[in-house]
Formats: sequence, C-alpha cells, structure tokens
Amino acid sequence: MPILEGQGVTKYFGGLAAVSHVDFHIDQGEILGLIGPNGAGKTTLFNLISAAFPISSGEIRFKGQKLNGLKPHQICKMGIARTFQETKVFANMPVLQNVLVGAFFGSPKRVPTADAAREAGQALEFVGLSAMSATPVKDLTLAHQKRVEVARALATKPELLLLDELMAGLNPAEVSEAMELVTRIRDRGITILMVEHVMKAIMGICGRVMVLHHGEKIAEGTCNEISCNKTVIEIYLGVETHAGS
Amino acid sequence: MDISKFTSKKFLLAAGLVLAILIFLVTLPAYSSNSNVGIWVTILMYIILTVSWVMFSGSTGYMSLAVAAFFGLGMYTAAFLYPKSGPLLPLPAVIIIGGLVSFVFALVTGLVTLRLKGMYFAIFTFGFSVLLYHLMVFYELQIIGKRGQYLTPITNQTAFYIVLIILVLTLLTAYLIRRSRLGLAMQSIGESEDAAAHMGVNTTMVKVITFAISASFMGATGAALAPKWEYIDPTVAFNTFYSFMPVLMAVFGGMRELYGPVIGAAIFAYTERTLRLRFPYYYMLAFGIALILIIIYLPGGLTGLVPKLQGKLRGVIAKLRKGGQSEQHANT
Repeated sequence: MPILEGQGVTKYFGGLAAVSHVDFHIDQGEILGLIGPNGAGKTTLFNLISAAFPISSGEIRFKGQKLNGLKPHQICKMGIARTFQETKVFANMPVLQNVLVGAFFGSPKRVPTADAAREAGQALEFVGLSAMSATPVKDLTLAHQKRVEVARALATKPELLLLDELMAGLNPAEVSEAMELVTRIRDRGITILMVEHVMKAIMGICGRVMVLHHGEKIAEGTCNEISCNKTVIEIYLGVETHAGS
Repeated sequence: MDISKFTSKKFLLAAGLVLAILIFLVTLPAYSSNSNVGIWVTILMYIILTVSWVMFSGSTGYMSLAVAAFFGLGMYTAAFLYPKSGPLLPLPAVIIIGGLVSFVFALVTGLVTLRLKGMYFAIFTFGFSVLLYHLMVFYELQIIGKRGQYLTPITNQTAFYIVLIILVLTLLTAYLIRRSRLGLAMQSIGESEDAAAHMGVNTTMVKVITFAISASFMGATGAALAPKWEYIDPTVAFNTFYSFMPVLMAVFGGMRELYGPVIGAAIFAYTERTLRLRFPYYYMLAFGIALILIIIYLPGGLTGLVPKLQGKLRGVIAKLRKGGQSEQHANT
C-alpha cells in the first residue's frame, strides 16, 4: 500500500496552474525522485504535501488519511518532515537548538526534555554534526547547514521525508556524502521523496522517478525507463533535428 | 578547569546580585523621601513594560506597538473598579482583573492580527492603541459626558510595593519562558516562521499565548499606577509614548540577555527623568542622538558590550602571558 497518494492534485496561482491534475503515489520504504525543468512545479508539489499552501483541487492521502485542510505543524506531527530548497535554518541558534525544535514539537505527544535531548543528539550523530552542536548555524558551510535541516527533520521522527534539492550548491565530494546520507535514511525505514537537479544523485539512489513539466506529470518509471523516455529527453535537450534538414 | 564549578560560581554571583538588589528595593521606602519613591515607581514601571515587551517581541521579532493599549486598558479597569467614589473591589483584585482584561484583549486581537507580518503587524498594533484612545474619548464625551476619571488614591509606598511585586513576577515569567520549550518555539519563529511551522510548532498558538501573557503584565501595571496618579483620561492612559519607550529601552539595553532590557529601562528611565528636569527642551534631542549612536555602533545594545569586552580582556591577558613567556625565553 502506498504511504502517500495524490489524486488530481492541482494548484492555481491566480490563473496559472503551477501543478495540474497530478496523480502520484509513493510506496513505503522507497526513494522517489521528482525531476523536471525549472518552474515545472516540483517545489509547489512539495508545498502542497507539507501544507505550506492550500491545495486548489484534488486530494492527498497519507497512510489513507486525507491531508486537505491541515496546517503545516499538523502535517509534521503526522509523520511527514521536510527540508527547504533555500535552507531555512534557525541561523542564530546553535546547531543543537535547531534540532531540538524538531525533537520537541515534531511528535503528536508531549516529548519529555530528556527524550528530546537524546533524540536531537542521535539525529546530529546520524548526520555527522555532533562535533558542531554548539556552533551557531550561520557559521556553518552550506553543506553542513543542509545537514542541520536533515537532522532537524529526522528529529521529528518522520515516516516520510521530503528533501527539496538537498544536493544543490554542493561540490562533488559533498554530493557523494549527501547521497550516502539519503541511502542511510532510507535504510532506517524512512520513505523519501526528493526533488533534485543533480542527475547523478537521482540515477544513483532513486528507485523510481517522476517527471513534471509545466505542472503536469509527463513520465514515471525506473531510472532507466526515464533516461530513455523520448518526451523527457525532448523537454530537457530539445527536439532532435538533423543537420541540413 | 572544572566548568561546572565555574558556572555554579557564576550562578551564585548572579543570585547574590539579584538578592542584593531585591533587598535594596524592598528597604528603599524606609530611608527614601516620598518623591524619591515616586521616581522609583516610574523606573520600575518602565522596566516591567520593557521586559514584558521583550518577552513577546524580542524573540519572535514581531514588533508590537500596542503597549499603550494594554497599559491603558489596565488603567481604565482600575478607574471603573477603584473610583474616587469608593473602591468596588480590594486593590489586589483590581490589579489582577486589570491584567486579565489586557490578557483577553490581547488574545482576541492576537488571533485576528498575528497572521500579519513585519511592518503590517507593527502598524496594526499602533492603530489598535489609537483606536482604543478614540473609543475612550467617544465614550467619555458622548456617552457619560465627562472627560477623565478620578480614582481612590494610594500612597507612593503602596504603589511601589505593588509594582515591585509585579516586576518580580514579570522577570520570573520571562526567565521561565526563556528556558522553556515555549521560549525555544518563540525563538524559532523569530528565526524562520515557515521552518518552525514545518517542524511541528503551532506558530499561531505560541504567538497568541505569549502576546497575551506579556499584555497581562502591562495591564496589571496600568491598574496599579492609575490609583497612584489619581486622575486618568484617554490622553494619559492610551499615550502612544508608552508604546515607543519600551522599544527604545530594549534596543538601548540589548535583548540577548534577560538583564539587557532591565538595565536599558533603568538607565533610560532614570536619565530621562533627570534630563527632563534640567534640560526640558533638549533632553529628547540628546536621547535621539544617543539612540542613533547605539543602533549604529552597538547593535547588541549596552549589554551587547559585555561579551565584546570579555573577549578583548581575554585577548589582552593572553597577549600579556605570551609576552611574559617570550621574555622568559629571551632571558634563558
């Protein structure tokens, strides 16, 4: 049974359909990649799932439960956590405090302080930032800030994690590290939906890929199927023409 | 070096200092002139208004200009319940009700307006103070037909002790909030409200609750001061001056630490008083210039200087030590 399911998901900004009648599903335990050219509606779809925006029409179900009309903090407490394309860390707070916010408020029940502290410590260790727990996040590199976001999201104990361009702006070594991190998160049993432009990362770790273009879903399948798909190649590289014709 | 020893020493020092100040304040009326006690009431009042303003606005970054509104609501509550014709309720009850009235008003306005961000929230809260002022003017002139309210007076001493109790409660609340998960939630809202919401923080509730808690201290203070002033009217009660002063005092003192606004308000209120008596025409000018200088050169306020000076001091000590060592080295 899919952990997350969308039917006819649509979002209008004024008259413009940023996401239009998208049906999708994410299976328990998989890593689903979401790709598409700039402006395809990938982040909008993220924002609809995490309830940053209200949905215009259609519905999204998480473990069979309808998400329409819920607030972001309720979505988080249900078990869906996210990171942001432009990192939205609590810049002036130390790394540990950032993660503590997730640990304290991410669960539906009240978390005792000792548990939250332990949870936050474990999340930091998992992403490899234990040594920096007292550093203000603004003093960290972009790669480390993105890890803080991941740790913060993990501290909310999600079942589904939405990663919005985790690899953007990272150097090749950092990309490999981030790929390894995402795989380890999946191995913990957390389902992952990731938006990514770094194709190496998508091809390396995603089980399945979904392609959006102008707000519509144009393809879906395994990495191999997608990389051979004619429509996908056309939207990324343009229509093939022959010299002289 | 054992860090826990150091921190506990620091803690003892802070506790001792607080105790000393408290003893000084509690015994103050015993050896101070009546008018001096009156000055202290004003100073403590500004400290409460500033600390309670920082309680909400300092960490969330929502600049509220509604201090005058909640302060004035407390005053008018006292005017209705503690009038010249004879108190309807004992003074402590009046003060608690004054706090409650402001709490409820803040709760309702908070629910409506805390969706507004930045500038819009500041302007709304400012408008709210002005609106209450005009409503009161309308009520007094058109409905009851007399301007201003007289209250059963209380002595400076009584006012002083009441305000001191409110101050202690305000500081205690501010301290506990800063250390609690509510404080963490507020801080995260101030840093990035979107991220806080997506991490499970019920941002609306956190904002509304803390807005209301901070307003209740403003209301209680208003209810305590109105009988001391004996007469209030809308111009006295809903003076937007009380909305701006806490902001200036907080910026002046610095908002990082709890004692920042306390020091800022105390110095500001005291010098304002002295300067106003000596240079009635220039004191605001001097204040304006001082404030601009502080914002430009000390963005952390007066107390923002402390870590800087500490750092410098450490640097100097390290240099001296190094110098001593190299000298030794040269000697050998």
